[in-house]
Amino acid sequence: MKYVMLIYQGTALERQAALPEDEQKQVYADYQGINQTPGVTPAPPMGLPENATTVRVEGGKTLTTDGPFVGMKEAVGGLFILEADDLDAAIEVAARVPAARYGGAVEIRPSEVYW
Amino acid sequence: MVAPSRSVPRRCIGNHGVSTLEQVFREEWGRVLATLIGFLGDFDLAEEAVQEAFALAADRWPRDGVPSNPRAWLTTTARNRATDRIRRDRALRTKFGLLVGGTVNKATAFPDERLELIFTCCHPALAIEAQVALTLRTLGGLTTDEIARAFLVPEPTMAQRLVRAKRKIKAAGIPFRVPPEHLLRDRLDAVLAVVYLIFNEGYGGRDELAAEAIWLGRALAELLPDEPEVRGLLAMMFLHDSRRETRFRDGELVLLDDQDRSRWNTAQIAAGRAELDRALARGGRGPYVLQAAIASLHAEVPCDWVQIAALYGELGRLTGSPVVELNRAIAVAETEGPGAGLRIVDQLGLEDFRYLHSTRAELLRRLGRTDEARDAYQRARALTDDGAERRFLERRLTELAGQ
Repeated sequence: MKYVMLIYQGTALERQAALPEDEQKQVYADYQGINQTPGVTPAPPMGLPENATTVRVEGGKTLTTDGPFVGMKEAVGGLFILEADDLDAAIEVAARVPAARYGGAVEIRPSEVYW
Repeated sequence: MVAPSRSVPRRCIGNHGVSTLEQVFREEWGRVLATLIGFLGDFDLAEEAVQEAFALAADRWPRDGVPSNPRAWLTTTARNRATDRIRRDRALRTKFGLLVGGTVNKATAFPDERLELIFTCCHPALAIEAQVALTLRTLGGLTTDEIARAFLVPEPTMAQRLVRAKRKIKAAGIPFRVPPEHLLRDRLDAVLAVVYLIFNEGYGGRDELAAEAIWLGRALAELLPDEPEVRGLLAMMFLHDSRRETRFRDGELVLLDDQDRSRWNTAQIAAGRAELDRALARGGRGPYVLQAAIASLHAEVPCDWVQIAALYGELGRLTGSPVVELNRAIAVAETEGPGAGLRIVDQLGLEDFRYLHSTRAELLRRLGRTDEARDAYQRARALTDDGAERRFLERRLTELAGQ
């Protein structure tokens, strides 16, 4: 199964920034560990949502707005692709993502081909 | 209250009578379906094949007689139906290509995969309503319509819920297996929670759901004979269910103390205590075992409130639940007086919980603090939707007014 793993930061970034240095290092090491996990294809790290630009097309006209898509409560903070046997295996990897334990969350989306 | 209205015989304890065709169907459905899902890896295809096999049996068995091994007959027939369909259907053939080669028609011992099935149905990635519905449909063999009626939702809503759950199992890759050791504890808790929820839904008078939960509990105990919590849950369900007939009189709620004990189901109490003993013998001391032990003490005359309070204390430390603490307060009030109970109740932050107010009211009434008791009964009544409970509280208020 191929899963798209979406990381939501929630309060994680602030909480991590307040951590002592060695724990912060652990967070980076944990993310690196995720990237090196068999089956994981990392996506390039995402910049901050405040630097995002959202594009919609209405009546053939391209509408560009500042910031992330407001239809969602929170913007995606990062993502990676995971090739795993089943959902349980994906849940175990998701639980290792630091954001998940610092007030954020990881959403597991099975990858699907629509075309 | 919904009258039991199902086309199949009710499962009840000690029912070793003649096994009718319908009974065989109910007993075998979950097991045959589990085997087929394990074999095909596809819920829908498996369900269709099993349905066809059962329809065929309903047609043939009354005429030709029930085969010596009905389960093997049903499983083989369902499996053959499924492989026939796969052979006929090109799209399925691609998907199930591996299955069609050779080994299919060989009659072998069929693995019992009901455990795999129940763990899949109760996977935490499914919404709890979906877990419940799917468990009742697949393991319990209830029809979509029966489940819809039991949960008071329209049939299409329930059908949609089942379709969506099955779709998610496939799309999200929820595995069909008994979880490995490091996940088992959590996942078993989820399974027990589903069974308990079904039982609780049935406790308010929908007998068929309580019977179904007990049936599932017994199946679980058979499949996981050494899990004390499984035994504990089964014991607790037996013990609570033994009082079913006496919990209501003419549609009115009857409290434990006022129940007609001669009408308690003694066979069920005995069965519950036997399960409790088995749980304790396996070192069980989990939440369900403790609740079963409490229910067992409640069935004794006179009630050992000291021990009940101690068990609630242990349960409260285990679960951290203020509702458990509220129950402890009731037991403490029985041994140390209503004042001691009230002191515990007043430390609980359960402002919107109707039983907090009805318990407070009861304790205040016993302390002779009538005005405060009235306020608390009124608060409880304002939080209660249930008709029987409302009428009970109103009776209490009328009694207070007469004092």
